This record gives sequence, structure tokens and C-alpha cells, in this order.
Amino acid sequence: MILFLYDKTFEGLLSCIFFAYARKRFPDMILSDTDQQPLFADERYVVDMDKEKASRVWSSLEKKLSKIARRMMMSVWISGLPETEMLLFRYIRKNIDHPQGVELNFGDVDVLRVKEIAQQVSREAHRLVQFVRFQETADGIWFAPIAPRYNLLPVVVKHFRSRYATQPWILYDTTRNQGLYWDTHAVNEVSFSPADLAALRLGQLEGEKQSDEEQLFQQMWKEYFRSITIRERLNPRLQRQHMPKKYWKYLTELQ
Amino acid sequence: MTYFVCVVGYCSLLGFLTLKTMNEKILEKLSILADAAKYDVSCASSGTTRPAVKGGIGTATGWGICHSFTPDGRCISLFKILLTNHCIYDCAYCTNRRSNDVKRTAFTPQELAELTIAFYQRNYIEGLFLSSGVMRNPDYTMEQMLRVVKLLREAYRFNGYIHMKAIPGASDELIAQAGRYADRMSVNLEIPSEENLKLLAPEKSYSEVFAPMRFIQQGMLESAEERKKFRSAPRFVPAGQSTQLIIGATPDSDRQILTLASALYRRPSFKRVYYSGYIPVNRGDSRLPALAAPPLVRENRLYQADWLMRFYEFKATEIVDESHPDLDLDVDPKMGWALRHPEFFPVDVNSAPYEMILRVPGIGVKSAKLIVVSRRYGRLSIPQLKKIGVVMKRAQYFIVNRELPMQTVNELTPQYVRRQVTQKQKNRAAELLQYAIEWGE
Ligand code: SF4
Repeated sequence: MILFLYDKTFEGLLSCIFFAYARKRFPDMILSDTDQQPLFADERYVVDMDKEKASRVWSSLEKKLSKIARRMMMSVWISGLPETEMLLFRYIRKNIDHPQGVELNFGDVDVLRVKEIAQQVSREAHRLVQFVRFQETADGIWFAPIAPRYNLLPVVVKHFRSRYATQPWILYDTTRNQGLYWDTHAVNEVSFSPADLAALRLGQLEGEKQSDEEQLFQQMWKEYFRSITIRERLNPRLQRQHMPKKYWKYLTELQ
Repeated sequence: MTYFVCVVGYCSLLGFLTLKTMNEKILEKLSILADAAKYDVSCASSGTTRPAVKGGIGTATGWGICHSFTPDGRCISLFKILLTNHCIYDCAYCTNRRSNDVKRTAFTPQELAELTIAFYQRNYIEGLFLSSGVMRNPDYTMEQMLRVVKLLREAYRFNGYIHMKAIPGASDELIAQAGRYADRMSVNLEIPSEENLKLLAPEKSYSEVFAPMRFIQQGMLESAEERKKFRSAPRFVPAGQSTQLIIGATPDSDRQILTLASALYRRPSFKRVYYSGYIPVNRGDSRLPALAAPPLVRENRLYQADWLMRFYEFKATEIVDESHPDLDLDVDPKMGWALRHPEFFPVDVNSAPYEMILRVPGIGVKSAKLIVVSRRYGRLSIPQLKKIGVVMKRAQYFIVNRELPMQTVNELTPQYVRRQVTQKQKNRAAELLQYAIEWGE
């Protein structure tokens, strides 16, 4: 078994491709220091990240792959699933080896899997856009706690920045303890202390941290949600299918 | 010092109290006017893209975003609300008809604009869907509605989605103004045939509904022409128009309904026809059937048929005809067509053209596209087809493949296949109601 060790960056992964072709050694496993190491490997290579080599690999992919395919690769990377490294490695390798590339060969398991994961990631990003709920704080900042499965803040930031350009907001990922703060000019990273974080995880801002109107509008929204439901057609299963339970904890209307 | 604090405390207490009584009033209006708006099923926020404008709030993304789902499983995308439930008309199928003894109320344009913004800022909604009962006369109503959207677009610089009802009978001038603010407009036909409309809503007529539809279309086409010449020409209802038909309140057949829908889809401005299973809101009116439950399965079949017309290149006459005027409730309309046309099958997905693959039950638009691009790399096997998303339980009777024994609909007979696929469905009878409206993918 051949093992590559890399620095867990995307450029690092591209450097692995370069390394493999240069040395004609193709890995069965690509891991980083923080991963659980196998007890035994026939060959073990530490691949250093090299920006120059990474960009050479990337530009050769740019020539062969459509923008959609490249975006799908980035989505797989964002997923952070355990299979990410080897899946991307095989995907890139198949595309390099085939004269026209294989991005449209969905009969191939890896090509199909890349598409599946990319779809999962974009579905999750879409759900974020759907189910984020802002609360207005006493200092006029619009605050929304989120807990997505993948690290999606960088993916959705553009949407919220342009939609809510004139209102300062914070999107806060309570599982990863990191957030983005838009001050109406720029986006910056923020994080909270563990004590604050524990309070934030509950979802609802405490009374004195809310603006005067916040409670009232939350109440209006709940009333609206109740009134717009057609009781003759209740179908909670369909509701959960579209809006799985795991998103409910930060939904104002379901508190 | 103490005095100062006390005064401030007093002031804010007073402020709080007026805020509270005011809001209780608004809360009541909200509850009545949302309840009265809920039977209009259209909700989509799709069809147009609006990038952000400087200093304004909001965007439209082009594809619909649902922000929540109510316990009936329906999407909340737009803040769907009536300006008022006062109405001078007396349509038999409507809760707001004048002969009903219900509490009446109306929002002021300012109240409604404020609520819309407050909901939008919290990411509860994509925008506003404004409808109304008819107060005084159609023009007066349309004017009030216009005030709301003007406030939103001009005072609040709201750049999100707006869907507006055109009130039949309102003047062209008012509809022309509304079209400049709205992304989508709609006029509901409600009843699928003119004679039944006359019966249930004697004060209405098809011509009154078709007139604003035609006017909206004309405005759209003109604006599109203008914008080809001048990029800055104003947009007019860029997301097109839609309408709603109530299903099961009248004896109109599915053939009538789908023929009407397909005629509407032939108009360039028409984006969606919505079907709404009749809910008996007014008991004891002998003109209306006493249904135990809304016809949800039929409604779902109509959406499937509609989907076939819009995305699967089916004609209405292929889905329903003189000998089959109503949709089969046991099998979906695509399966229904396939069972009536065994001579079309089997299809070899490794060589047949896209349009033929699209006709195979169990193969959706996405899978058909994937098949067509992937087969260039080599023959697709059954496990590969499954992975791509083909539902073999249904497709197996309609395709040929080296790995399959020849057991298609022709050898097994349509009656046999029908039994097979309906048996599987019967086991899932409860699930039938769980179909999402956006079916087939
Ligand atoms: S005009 Fe509209 S609101 Fe008035 S009764 Fe008829 S359907 Fe209802």
C-alpha cells in the first residue's frame, strides 16, 4: 500500500497529483498528520505543498474541464468527507489520462460520485439560504445562528451580502464556532467565547439583547405561519421531507 | 438623577403600551388576512433575477426559494396576504364572498409595507404576494394595492420579489402601472369552464379575466421589444403571469382542464397554471359538491400532467382524450400513456434519441440527459443506469438491454404491467399523498 501525507489544503492535494506523476507512484491513501495513521504502509511519502506545482496542475485541469466540473470538485473539497482526497485524486487522474477528459461519463463511479457529493453540498447550501433566520439585536446587528453539515459560510456569503447589503449582519456557525460579520462595507471573521457560544447554541437571543421590535415581529411571523396553514390538508410528513427536523432548532416559527 | 431615570422609565413604558395595543390590532389583521389568502396556491418566486441596487434591500435569484414549509407541506416563499377581505362579489367557492358572516378588516398600505420589510429583513420571505378582495370597485382596490408596492419599491427601496394580483375589471392604466413594480402578475380563472363560472360566480365572466391577461402579455412583449433597443427601458412583469384553477368544485373533466392549461401555455407570457383541490369552505351551498376531503390525488395527477406538458414534450391530447377524459388516479400520467401505447416500446436507451428516452416511465429529465452524454463513452449497463437514477422497478418493462430477458410490456401485456406497478403503489397508498408537487426528478 502506498500512502501520501499532505497538509490538508487544496493546493496540497494538487501537489500530490504533481508528485505522483513525477515519481510514477500512485497512492492508495492520502492522509494528513491529524488523521488516524494506518499501522502499516509499504511506501510512505510526505508531499510538501508547492503553490507553483499546484497551479500547474490546476491550469491543465482548466484546459480540460468545464467550469461546472471544476466547481463540482470544489464542492467535494468543501464537503470534507473522509473519501474526499482519494475521490478527487482518482477523478483528476482519470481526466488527465483520458484525451478528452471524462467529466461527462456518468457511467463511471467516480464521476458520478463527484456529482452526487456536489449536489449534496449545493442542496445543503440552498437549505442554508432558505432557513437562515435573522434576529435584530439591541445594537442594530442582525444575527443568525446556523449549524450546517458542511463548512458552507464561504459559499453563501455572497448571497447574503448582496441581499442584505444595507443591514449589518452576523452569520454564526455554532458547530464550528466561527462566524462572518458584514458591517455593510466588508466581511470579517468573528468568533465568540465558549460561554457566549453556549448561549447562542440555544438559538434565541436573550430578551435584553434583542431590539425592541424583535419579539413583536417574531410573534407576527408565528401568527402568520399558523394562519396560512390549511388544516384540511395537514401533511406533516411532506413538511419534514422539505424541511428536515435538523433545521428546526433555529427556525423562529417552530419555537 | 432619580427623577431623570423615572421620566425615562415612564416614557418608555408609555411607548411600549401604545406599541402593544397597535400591534395587537395588526396581529389580528394579519391572522384574518393570511387565513383568507391561504387558498391561493401559487407561491413561486421564480422567473426573474434582480441584482442588488445600491442603497436598497433585496435581490431576486431567478430560482424560487422556499423559506419555510407549513404543516400542510406547502412552501412559504412569498408573504401571501390579502390587503382586505371585504368583497363586493359573491363567488360561491370563496370564504370572502359578501354573503359570508366573517370578520372583515383591511391593512393600510403603510402597515403592509412595514410588515413585508420586517419579514424580509429576517429572511422569512422572498417577497410579497399581494392579493385582495374587491373593496368598493375594482379600480379602488387596484389603487390601494398599487400604493403598497409603490411604498415598497420607492420609499423602502425594496428590490425583492413582488407578485401582484390583477383585479378583473380594473382599468388598463392601473394594471400598466402595477406591471412596472411587479415581477409577476396573475389573474385567476378559478373555474375551468365558462358555464360553470357563470353558475358559481354570476358577477364574473371569462372575458373579464382574459382581458387583463391579454393586457399583461402585451405589456410584457412591448417592454421586451423596448429593452432590445434601450437597455434602460422599464421592465414589465419580467417573471410573466400565472393563474389558478380550482379542481373538483365543478364537474369539469381533466380533459377540459388540461386543454385549457395547454392553450394558456402557448401564450408567451404564461409561466404557470396552478391547480387547487377544492376545499369546501362554504357548506350548504347546493351549487357545490359536499366533498369529504379535498381531491388531493387528482390534484397531484394534474400537476404531473402539467409537468409532462412543460418538460417532457407531451401534448395535452396525448395525456387525455375523448375515450380517457379523466386522469387515471392509480398510475401517473406518463405510465398511463406508456400502457396505452405499448407499440412505442421497448426503447434501447443506448441508442434511442433523447425524446424517446424521455418517454420511458422511471426515467426523468435529469437521468435522460445523463444517459445521452454518458453513452458516448461506452454502453451503459443496468447497474450503471440504476446509479444514474433510473427507477428500474418501472423502467424494466419499457427498455431493452442485453442483460435483461425480453420481458417488456409487449410480452407481459399492459394489463399485467399495470397490476405490477399499481400493486407496488397500493402498498404505499399513504405515500401517494406525500408526493411533492415538483415531481418526476
Ligand atoms: S371576487 Fe375574489 S375575493 Fe371576492 S368573492 Fe370572488 S373570489 Fe372571493
